[in-house]
Amino acid sequence: MNPRRKKRLTIVGSVLVGIAVVAGLVLYALSQNIDLFYNPTEITQGKADSGIKPKVGQRIRIGGLVVPDTVKRDSESLKVSFSLSDMKMPIVFDESDLVISVHYEGILPDLFREGQGIVANGTLTRSSSGELYVEASEVLAKHDENYMPAELADAAGKDYKKLEYSDKQLDSKSY
Amino acid sequence: MWKWLHPYANPEVSYHFAGKILPWLSALAALLLSIGLIWALAFAPADYQQGDSFRIFYIHVPAASLSMGIYFGMAIAAFTSLVWQFKLADASAAAMAPVGATFTAIALITGAAWGKPMWGTWWIWDARLTSELILLFLYLGVIALQNAFEDKNLAGKAAGILTLVGVINLPIIKYSVEWWNTLHQGSTISKLGRPSMSVDMLWPFVFCFLGFILLVSVIICIRFRSEILTRNSIRPWVRTLVSQHLTQEKANEV
Repeated sequence: MNPRRKKRLTIVGSVLVGIAVVAGLVLYALSQNIDLFYNPTEITQGKADSGIKPKVGQRIRIGGLVVPDTVKRDSESLKVSFSLSDMKMPIVFDESDLVISVHYEGILPDLFREGQGIVANGTLTRSSSGELYVEASEVLAKHDENYMPAELADAAGKDYKKLEYSDKQLDSKSY
Repeated sequence: MWKWLHPYANPEVSYHFAGKILPWLSALAALLLSIGLIWALAFAPADYQQGDSFRIFYIHVPAASLSMGIYFGMAIAAFTSLVWQFKLADASAAAMAPVGATFTAIALITGAAWGKPMWGTWWIWDARLTSELILLFLYLGVIALQNAFEDKNLAGKAAGILTLVGVINLPIIKYSVEWWNTLHQGSTISKLGRPSMSVDMLWPFVFCFLGFILLVSVIICIRFRSEILTRNSIRPWVRTLVSQHLTQEKANEV
């Protein structure tokens, strides 16, 4: 390779390496701000590496898996509450899991169901009994990267029924 | 070692080579895309949770991977153009940029259309969506720079530098769903081992994906040829080509 090309190659190469290092450092410094949501564990115990904990009254996003049998729906209105545990693979629920409950009034996304990943946006609140919960204004469903036809899902024993709403519930809040 | 490549550094040879492979690429693209899309949209089974909405996957995923793939191709062209000052590389980068920008926009729009019924929102500022939006801005910046200068060599250099700086965004897009927690799900196809999809859903995807790759190659080939012509318009071989074309047209009229 002739010396001029070699020189250009070194310049371009070192600029690229420099940019990669800068971008890496910036992303590393920002890493906690890039996360979209807090896990339930991070809300109670703080982030693993920095210990940053959201304060009561702060607007946060919480993300987690809907713990089975914790979804409580009001039969008269669209009020609903459910508990979230940390997202993890494979999905198993344990009594000792840390959970945070979420209170919400409104229609849940179609993909909402027990065991599903959920991201809720709302205010971190402390109840009169001292427990932390999230008063959500928005609930989003996170779906996983697995796709399969219904027959396979049935064979695997998956429960994927949509939530039904009664007219009474729907009438309770006008949009 | 690279001797066999040398003739293609000549714009005329490259122009004719691209013209020769164009009909083959187009035929194959049309074949694979029509098989893939009909299979995917009409015959592939619906997803157990998402129902038919999941079919947007067959357009969204190829568009998103191509938006990154084309950028990578552009970065290689920019690199060779900066180091070896190889003029055809600039022409190929100019041919690729608008195609890449279009596919990035398709990925973002189909993603939003998919996000609304499934997640419950059109847009969320999570790491994956935001970095893909930055990719669109990078493309637009590169296109703007390519057209900002009268002197094509200078324009190619400026756009090439931006392209190379922006290449750092590619691993960020790719790994955003692993490094941070996001609303966007992890990748289905590019997992090592087996993809998280049943086989009768995967096959139509393979056809769609290859079909879109070929479609992109066809568009880039056509754009590359016209880039070569505009950049070499004063060369004698282009003039002969044009005059041949004109006489041909005149003959057809009569």
